[in-house]
Amino acid sequence: MKPERVAITEKAAALVKQLQEKHGELIFHQSGGCCDGSAPMIFEKGDMYLDDSDVFLGQIAGVDYYMNKDQFEYWKHTHLTVDITEGRGSSFSLEIPLGFRFIIQSRLLSDEENAVLNNSSADE
Amino acid sequence: MSYSKPKFKEKYGNFINGKFVAPVDGEYFDNTSPVDNSLIAKYPRSKQADVENAVAAANAAKEAWGNTSAATRAALLNKVADIIEANLEEFALVETCDNGKPIRETLNADVPLSVDHWRYFAAVIRAEEGSATELDENTLSMNIKEPLGVVAQIIPWNFPLLMLSWKLPPALAAGNCVVLKPAEQTPSSATLLMEKIAEVFPPGVVNVIHGFGPEAGKPLASSSEVDKVAFTGETTTGQLIMQYASKNLNPVTMELGGKSPNIFFNSVMDEDDAFLDKAIEGAVLFAFNQGEVCTCPSRLLVQEDIYDKFMERVIARTKAIVQSSPYDTACMVGAQASNDQFEKILSYIKIGKEEGAKVLTGGEACKLDGEFANGFYVQPTILEGHNKMRVFQEEIFGPVVCVTKFKDEAEALEIANDTLYGLGAGVWTRDAHQLYQIPRAIKAGRVWVNCYHAYPAHAPFGGYKKSGFGRENHLMMMNYYRQTKNMLISYDKNKLGFF
Repeated sequence: MKPERVAITEKAAALVKQLQEKHGELIFHQSGGCCDGSAPMIFEKGDMYLDDSDVFLGQIAGVDYYMNKDQFEYWKHTHLTVDITEGRGSSFSLEIPLGFRFIIQSRLLSDEENAVLNNSSADE
Repeated sequence: MSYSKPKFKEKYGNFINGKFVAPVDGEYFDNTSPVDNSLIAKYPRSKQADVENAVAAANAAKEAWGNTSAATRAALLNKVADIIEANLEEFALVETCDNGKPIRETLNADVPLSVDHWRYFAAVIRAEEGSATELDENTLSMNIKEPLGVVAQIIPWNFPLLMLSWKLPPALAAGNCVVLKPAEQTPSSATLLMEKIAEVFPPGVVNVIHGFGPEAGKPLASSSEVDKVAFTGETTTGQLIMQYASKNLNPVTMELGGKSPNIFFNSVMDEDDAFLDKAIEGAVLFAFNQGEVCTCPSRLLVQEDIYDKFMERVIARTKAIVQSSPYDTACMVGAQASNDQFEKILSYIKIGKEEGAKVLTGGEACKLDGEFANGFYVQPTILEGHNKMRVFQEEIFGPVVCVTKFKDEAEALEIANDTLYGLGAGVWTRDAHQLYQIPRAIKAGRVWVNCYHAYPAHAPFGGYKKSGFGRENHLMMMNYYRQTKNMLISYDKNKLGFF
């Protein structure tokens, strides 16, 4: 099995499903710094303008996951698992009115994962 | 001295057109205190319809307000300042309860600084002038400053009253009407202010709506009926707001994240004196406001030949930080503003450890007793590592500093500028050349030299790189809230001769 950069917990996937039913097609974008930053944000597909300055990390629960290229440079050795916690952010992420917040649990990629993910051309 | 949790009503409204009104669809959300995770009150869960009402009220008020004299506007801004000052303790308590920051800070920093920002812009508009130039003997060019009209402002939860007081006074002083959305984690001090100043401005000049980003923030930022959007927050939301504003060709001001370097050159340890003591405090300022500051000095750079001795004192000073009830004036570091913030910080500390960073002090949640056991407290933490680590590159927004050493000026600058952000920086030295040359070479909008975390109204503040653009504070901010009307007047009686 090809290693992956991003995964999602069952609880978080259930929340994604709930949002998909309400809003249709969605994307995740990993935000940068400040108050509500460094968090995965979920938006309606097409709401956020994406281009080649955004890196596609993978698909979780049917939702494409993107990150800004500059940020990816620092994150590319990290495996991300999207989870949820109770709480509220003040961003525009769609889960916020539900009283939950997507958060990231991360770990460093193993040597084997690194060899596959960061030496292949697929992620460039 | 210790205070206790202030009293609140059961629920509050939006402040639209000079009155408190219930949300159109009757929905509210529970606002809790991070101090002990207890309920504060219910606030409106506003939607598009509420936003439209607020924007309509502002539009209806803008012509009359834009034509009031500078003297009148200044007098009203001063009145707001007087009201906040007269109720300083009440504002401080509400802010501590809603945000979690120590009462020591709200009493001495957040609230008095807020007062000063209102007074500063009241003074600015009495002293400034437009300009006129005689382009030739018959042609006069006159520049008249005109308000934009209606300004949308979206502010964060880390300094609720102070961020409001950074944003509202210049917009109002410039003659605009405002619709402001506080962060949903901290709606209380904005509401208290509207209660106290309800009668000060004509109806519709100031409007405050509460609610969630996707439901209330987005319709406000994308409204075609506003003339400008000012935002303080994080980068992805900033990018979205710019997109929405671009559809309306609206100007925006963005104050986004940071990962500010705080650089200590070896000369700080030349003497063991008051200045060294100040420098040690300067390094420990990472814990100020629980690290929830866009300019948190979260990367500590120390010259290698003083590293061990300097860090020994920084660690000792950090360990001496008192964490207790934020209502107690002895408390130095209070609660993180929310549960998700708390979880994020702990997750970053874990990432740092996995990446090989060494924990020099802290590194865990802080457990308080009694009612505060349910609050969100993190120990001030120092991680030692190198600048390529994620904890050195990403904004943690918690009481966590990452320390590394440098050899010389060149390496200090290389590390300092190796970041996506450029909001703040600190430089500490006794060397007169370094005092000027190092700050000039750092790519950041604010460089504190032999000080840190000072935010006077009279000094412009804003970011380079991915920290945003536009400036806040200082009279130059007025121009972010105004148009320039150029009147080109000919006193020549003769025609051009073309037709």
